[in-house]
Amino acid sequence: MKALSDIRVASLLALALLVAGGFALPDWALFLMTIGLAKALVSLGIVVQMRAGLVSFGQGLFFCIGAYVAGLMANFAGLTDIFVLTGISVLACLAIGGIFGPLLANYRGIFFAMLSLSLSMILYGILSKMNSLGGTDGLNVAAPTFAGYAPEGRALSLSLYLYTSVIVVAIGAVLRTGFDSQHGLVSLAVRSNELRVEYLGASVRRTNAINYVISAMLGGIGGVITGLAIGHVDPEYAYWTTSGEFVFVAILAGYLSIPAVFVASIILELVRSFSNLYFPNTWQMVLGVFLLVIILTLPNGLGSLFHRRREGGS
Amino acid sequence: MTFLSGGAAESFGVPAWNGGKLMIDMLNKGELPAPYDQKGFGGMMIEAIEIDEAGGATKQVQEFRNLVQREKVDAVLGYVSSGDCLAVPPVAEELKAFLVLYDCGTPRVFEEGSYNYVFRTAAHAAMDNISLAKYMTSRGIKVGTFAGVNQDYAWGHDSWADFVASMGVLMPDAKATTSLFPKIFAGQYGTEISAVMREKPDLLHSSLWGGDLQAFMLQASARGIHKRMQIALAAGDHVIPQLGQKMPDGIILGARGMNGLAAHAKGGELVDLLWDRYKAEYGVFPVQAPFRMWQGLLGVKAAVEKAMKANGGKKPTAEQMAAAMKGLTWEAPSGTITMALGNGHQAIQPNAIGTTKWDEAAGEMTLVDVEYYDAECVNPPNGIKAVDWIKAGFPGAKCN
Repeated sequence: MKALSDIRVASLLALALLVAGGFALPDWALFLMTIGLAKALVSLGIVVQMRAGLVSFGQGLFFCIGAYVAGLMANFAGLTDIFVLTGISVLACLAIGGIFGPLLANYRGIFFAMLSLSLSMILYGILSKMNSLGGTDGLNVAAPTFAGYAPEGRALSLSLYLYTSVIVVAIGAVLRTGFDSQHGLVSLAVRSNELRVEYLGASVRRTNAINYVISAMLGGIGGVITGLAIGHVDPEYAYWTTSGEFVFVAILAGYLSIPAVFVASIILELVRSFSNLYFPNTWQMVLGVFLLVIILTLPNGLGSLFHRRREGGS
Repeated sequence: MTFLSGGAAESFGVPAWNGGKLMIDMLNKGELPAPYDQKGFGGMMIEAIEIDEAGGATKQVQEFRNLVQREKVDAVLGYVSSGDCLAVPPVAEELKAFLVLYDCGTPRVFEEGSYNYVFRTAAHAAMDNISLAKYMTSRGIKVGTFAGVNQDYAWGHDSWADFVASMGVLMPDAKATTSLFPKIFAGQYGTEISAVMREKPDLLHSSLWGGDLQAFMLQASARGIHKRMQIALAAGDHVIPQLGQKMPDGIILGARGMNGLAAHAKGGELVDLLWDRYKAEYGVFPVQAPFRMWQGLLGVKAAVEKAMKANGGKKPTAEQMAAAMKGLTWEAPSGTITMALGNGHQAIQPNAIGTTKWDEAAGEMTLVDVEYYDAECVNPPNGIKAVDWIKAGFPGAKCN
């Protein structure tokens, strides 16, 4: 029970920090944080799978589904309530993840990566061809409402940011508990030795399938928030470079710590934003060098910094 | 803000920004002829921040917010990609920021939305294909059947649809046979070329651009396709500097406005000055992209100076700039630009179509048999969607 109350304290602290940040940050940073946190949720999905030794190169699939559900519901059904949109997206991703999860759970390593990638590229292909949904140009998404409250301008940015913060902290707390649960620990065991896990009577396949479905739902939530914040969705959300970016963040963060994923995602957004401004011709190179340095200096990701310190302290 | 990297960089982003840098420099020194002889924008020096457009609409929305909220820019001029042109305007509106779209072709921007702070200083893509079809009739080119090779994305599909609709009105007897949609950035067109050669249409329409168009022209001309059928390119001028003599003679092409070679053929003080300076600076002639950049910059200059005059010489706000730009008419190297559509937010401009001819003596490509089209001849009037206007038989078109 002590662990649980630790998580509660940490979550409340994190939430307080994020909320305080929301009122202190300038507009551009608020937006950057919202996007950074939302995309971190998607990367967190990869981290969930990474704990069991799998890397999905197709998180864009659920990111895109989440964003398009928000876009289509807003455009064609007139639904703009963010709570409803998030709920529908999660259900959609749960359903689709539930179909593909058990199928992909049989594959490992590069085969899993390529199969997950191909699924997201199929969605990209379909959406690009659907001219009724705007084809490659995508479609615009109306601003969200919050249970009847329809803010504009800074109030809108702030509401969206606060909504994201609450979700992020709640998910972080739930996942932390989940990582320490039986299922979470079995995931780690799968990463070290699948054969032994099977001999001990746990199902590797089931573990992987459950992780896939969890990451699908996380991808959906990230997609909804990003789509609503940007105000535009296009098939690019499912493109492999988008998925690659999520893997980038997951590698940057490592699989040891949850807060590290959010930190890594925000760092990536910051580096990209400023390198774009100061090095308009070479910003991609700046990003590449940045990742190289992280991999060389911290092979287990940013999370290994937090983790090491925590273990030293206890 | 334009493509410095990625697929659109070579043909569009880099030449456009080269043209942009050149003009901003000339404006700051006051080197342009009247009515643009005032330094900078109304005496205020122009300070440009360049941002790469690669990376998708999501990134562009973020960059736009950063430019407005962090860098506090007064105006943003940019966007080649249609996706970006659809994604960014709602944000500009939300932030009340003055945004000028200078290049992208999709008609959806102002047909689906309505904005106060967003303007597009270039005509949308319908004009290119209407003009091409008109060129066929006015030059008496016999077209029994025609085929199309266009990229499989919104631009390619829209272009082909506009061209088919225009031909349906202007040459009702001509039959569309094959329409092929290779993937964007495919680079290999062997299959499409074989299919078209088997089909033997009289005319081959294409809205390919950039590296795709270069690859297509190299592969198609190697197989002699241009000797068997007439090729018509909706936006073909911009690959001539790269292809040089490898662009065969007798190709009918447009430049998405009276840009590049067509503008040079017509001449004028402003065009000649910019043409020579650009050529001296970068070693190639300016194609359509720098012309569209110039047209956008001069439009902003005209709007800013008009707003300053109304404002007693003080620096105008975004509201004042937007009010000044609405319905504005100004002279650009590419002819007279009028903000006629989308309630004064979408420009129409004259267009020109010509036929390529290699000038052996000068060692450069020229455009012959150039036909010029008035803006109101090839652009729909306000309030009607381009494709509906074409299908209705161009009601209200004013052609000379």
